Amino acid sequence: MKTCLIVDDSRVIRKVSRHLLEAMGFAVSEAADGKEALEACDAAMPDVILLDWNMPVMSGIDFLGQLRARPDGDATKVVFCTTENDVAHIKAAIEAGANEYVMKPFDQETLQIKLQLVGVA
Amino acid sequence: MQVTPAAVRILAELLEEFTGQELTQTRQWRVGTALSSVMREHDCADLNALAARIAGNYRSPLARQVVEALLNNETYFFRDLAVFQDLQDTVLPALAQARAEKRRLSIWCAGCSTGQEALSLAMMLAENTAIWNDWQVEILATDVSESAIRSARKGCYNQFQIQRGLDIARMLRWFTETEDGWVASEKLRNRITYVTHNILETPPTTRRFDLVLCRNVLLYFDTATRKKAYARLDSALAEDGYLLLGGGEAVRGHTGLFMPEKGRPSFQRPAAASARSGADAMAAVR
Ligand SMILES: C[S@@+](CC[C@H](N)C(=O)[O-])C[C@H]1O[C@@H](n2cnc3c(N)ncnc32)[C@H](O)[C@@H]1O
Repeated sequence: MKTCLIVDDSRVIRKVSRHLLEAMGFAVSEAADGKEALEACDAAMPDVILLDWNMPVMSGIDFLGQLRARPDGDATKVVFCTTENDVAHIKAAIEAGANEYVMKPFDQETLQIKLQLVGVA
Repeated sequence: MQVTPAAVRILAELLEEFTGQELTQTRQWRVGTALSSVMREHDCADLNALAARIAGNYRSPLARQVVEALLNNETYFFRDLAVFQDLQDTVLPALAQARAEKRRLSIWCAGCSTGQEALSLAMMLAENTAIWNDWQVEILATDVSESAIRSARKGCYNQFQIQRGLDIARMLRWFTETEDGWVASEKLRNRITYVTHNILETPPTTRRFDLVLCRNVLLYFDTATRKKAYARLDSALAEDGYLLLGGGEAVRGHTGLFMPEKGRPSFQRPAAASARSGADAMAAVR
């Protein structure tokens, strides 16, 4: 079973995303900010991370920078999932090492195809 | 409100006349939803009233609007990713070899809806400069729906459409963000000609295409209409060309004009002359 870490400060969004991803057959875990997400990665590196941008404590982009700097931080696929929908943000995310980008709102099929594109679904 | 059989018959007849499509039982329950905005716009209390308005006047703008609303235009970029991979890895290189002398490639997207399929092809071809650089590549994209073709010509996609199937690198490379949405680059759009056209009629040009895509269109036709469509597509395809159908659409049992490729069931090749039945080839003219 593939594993997915959902990183989002909104409990509602985490719940909805968990629902979608479990329906796609992922084993899901959650983190409420970048720092929690790094701790989760210390415990077990997931196959894919669904990452919000704006979060307290540590933002998504800062988390991504730290993840990719780790020796074991390259293999995990990172899909940004955010309301920051302009080209500048998207480019910054790709530069920081994101594999895909989903603009909120989105539906299940869109997410599923994006996960196929990064090779985890 | 009960929809009368007479009203259903009128709507079915109208759809069939313009598109060849069947209004099957399973589609009937969606008709009310599909037509709700048309009914509102034209002050029709229910489907019976709407049907009464178009009865005997199938050429009216209202009738046209009803047909457009009944069509399913669902599509997205790189739909069936594996098939596009096959195109890229095997079918297009084979065509490049076969057409190496003339360096000309003609593609027809039949039932192109709002253009995502044709643009997906155009992106793939434009990215593969090693093969197609100095070739003359033309993509003709047609649909029976005027509104779909209008929107395809604009090449502008909202947030929902743009991220459906399209990877983020390609979105950044080939589309520009505007106030109205994401607009496909001129370079892609210049390769594609969009035309309103019904598959069941004579092909839009006398040229033979090297590759014809007709995906997720034929499934709405009954067996006889499908035979007719196959005969039309066959008459537009080069002898060594490829016909690409949607996932799960099969030629077997529907026509003797095509044979599925071994190992790639979405790709059809024209059947050998000896295997063709005259009846299948003549289906178009009936
Ligand atoms: C479900 S969409 C598929 C679009 C695209 N080929 C794809 O696979 O994503 C089917 C399209 O076929 C068009 N269509 C239906 N009947 C047609 C006909 N008789 N001639 C041409 N196009 C037709 C519809 O208008 C619609 O846009």
